[in-house]
Amino acid sequence: MEPIKVLRSRTAVLPMSNIDTDQIIPARFLTTTTREGLGQNLFADWRYDAQGAPRAEFALNRPEAQGCQILVAGRNFGCGSSREHAPWALLDYGIRAVISTEIADIFRNNSLKNGLLPVVVDEKTSRWLIENPGVEVSIDLDSTTLLLPGGERVEFPLEAFSRYCLMNGIDELGFLLGRMDEIKAYEQRVQS
Amino acid sequence: MSRTPQTMFEKVWDQHQVVAETADTPAVLYIDLHLIHEVTSPQAFSVLRARGLPVRRTDLTLATMDHSTPTRTEQVFGGAPITIDSAARQVRELEKNCAAFGVELFGLRSAQRGVVHIIGPDLGITQPGKTVVCGDSHTSTHGAVGALAFGIGTTEVGHVLATQCLLQRKPKTFAINVTGRLRPGVTAKDLILGIIGKIGVSGGTGHVLEYRGETIRALDMDGRLTVCNMSIEAGARAGMIAPDETTYAYLSGRPRAPQGADWERALERWKQLPTDAGARFDKEVDIDGASLEPMITYGTHPGMVVPITGAIPVRKGDPAFEKSLAYMGFEAGEPIKDQVVNVVFVGSCTNGRLSDLRSAASILRGNKVAKGVQMLVVPGSQHVKQLAEAEGLDKVFIEAGAEWRESGCSMCLGMNGDLVGKGQYSVSTSNRNFEGRQGVGARTLLASPLTAAACAVRGRITDPRELMNG
Repeated sequence: MEPIKVLRSRTAVLPMSNIDTDQIIPARFLTTTTREGLGQNLFADWRYDAQGAPRAEFALNRPEAQGCQILVAGRNFGCGSSREHAPWALLDYGIRAVISTEIADIFRNNSLKNGLLPVVVDEKTSRWLIENPGVEVSIDLDSTTLLLPGGERVEFPLEAFSRYCLMNGIDELGFLLGRMDEIKAYEQRVQS
Repeated sequence: MSRTPQTMFEKVWDQHQVVAETADTPAVLYIDLHLIHEVTSPQAFSVLRARGLPVRRTDLTLATMDHSTPTRTEQVFGGAPITIDSAARQVRELEKNCAAFGVELFGLRSAQRGVVHIIGPDLGITQPGKTVVCGDSHTSTHGAVGALAFGIGTTEVGHVLATQCLLQRKPKTFAINVTGRLRPGVTAKDLILGIIGKIGVSGGTGHVLEYRGETIRALDMDGRLTVCNMSIEAGARAGMIAPDETTYAYLSGRPRAPQGADWERALERWKQLPTDAGARFDKEVDIDGASLEPMITYGTHPGMVVPITGAIPVRKGDPAFEKSLAYMGFEAGEPIKDQVVNVVFVGSCTNGRLSDLRSAASILRGNKVAKGVQMLVVPGSQHVKQLAEAEGLDKVFIEAGAEWRESGCSMCLGMNGDLVGKGQYSVSTSNRNFEGRQGVGARTLLASPLTAAACAVRGRITDPRELMNG
């Protein structure tokens, strides 16, 4: 994983609350056995019409949303199915952070393990971002703050170990494998 | 000095900490049972291959195939090809991975195959006090026996395959206290829908739920599994129910439950698990079980739920709510009863157990599925199918005009091609009514097997109590 310290981008906005992972990547695209290529089907049923043509009114299809790496969404983003295909699809499409007032547990975990930043902000900040799509914001992992265009800084929570892994490009499996002595000792303790 | 009273969750958590959490690092949590299936495992095996790692504890890993598998008998047993090429590839990939890494697999034609959350408890391999994970959010089901069970992503599936451990921060605890006797026609499914309606679809985020109280104690094991199954629909990764005599009677004699002296020792351990008197939960809510009616969803998440005698709420100026009703083709304020039904699905990890099939059959016996309604009955596992056939339930369904299929996730999410058509109304005993969950443009109403069967008979949303005998 590439280390991430600062992410600066314009935002695209999906204001709906409770956007579930079935919307992010519908189940019929889960018969893949790789991580790649899911971006073309990100939000497939909202993004394309029945003929497969892009729906002009969908936020990510608007010209000003092209190249946006930060998605602002309504409350409880990523609820539902545990499919890691959801963060894979977002990343493959080019989204590298999601900002919401609430992000579902499993989606948040999956995101952190793939370098997609889950940024939880207060109601007021979220409302402002939803009402002002396309603004350029900056996410700083060192200070765990979101920098708004007016210069205002909003702190967001980020679990210390996840932050360390993101900033240093460390994968957690390596860390776990490094605890093998403790794991073996636990197994012996439990078996005896 | 007396020990601080602990919740059941805290006891199981403490017993499985390989390394305790600190401010800088999460806990290393040991996993006793890892269930895998074809959809969320291939990329995890790829990581093992790339790093040259084995599956560390094949004896604690069990694989089945359920999501992408066909339910038509000729495709499972008759040699007819799986219709969707990518689904067939995924099934082959799991076979290949399990063979290469030495993982026990219940393959397509195995009599033990089934939906992963049905077979775990049914085999007795899901046990009180165990930590159970699977790359599937409905892993919360297994908490019904007093296990700490939760869904994980594919990266974490790789972690468990390689190390039998996960890095986890300790979640908070949330007690759901339910009192009162459920009225006739009101089932465990109605209870959990009522709970989600009350606490909301993110009410449990960051928490492990513990369902408590006399109403929960009175539920049989199948009902408890239904309740815990939908914990994730309230945002909670896990839901637990303390083991008791109902749990022990259920587990006793199952093929992978402890036997003989091991059983006695296990029982001693299990009896220590229930939450101590005086233990504190981070959050609590009280639910009056006696006031519940059969429940049904009307919108596009499981929290959009009403009693079947009720009306669709009016919420002016809420764009998400209006979008949801527009998708469903419903008007705010209209009764849910008598709305048209096109498809009925009985099955899934929520309601695919034997008692669910019995419940649906009790309504269908001597009745017919209404003209123009397609009804699919999909047992949760091949074992459930065999038990149902032994008592003639298959004949009840077939004579009523329903389709009786091989086991799998089927129409719950339609990955295998069992789909609801665009704009069609489906009354489903599954767990999610999200947009497009059962097919592009499909409209899902979640309900109990009793309600689903009643809707099939009338071809309209129907209160099951109108069709119940006695």
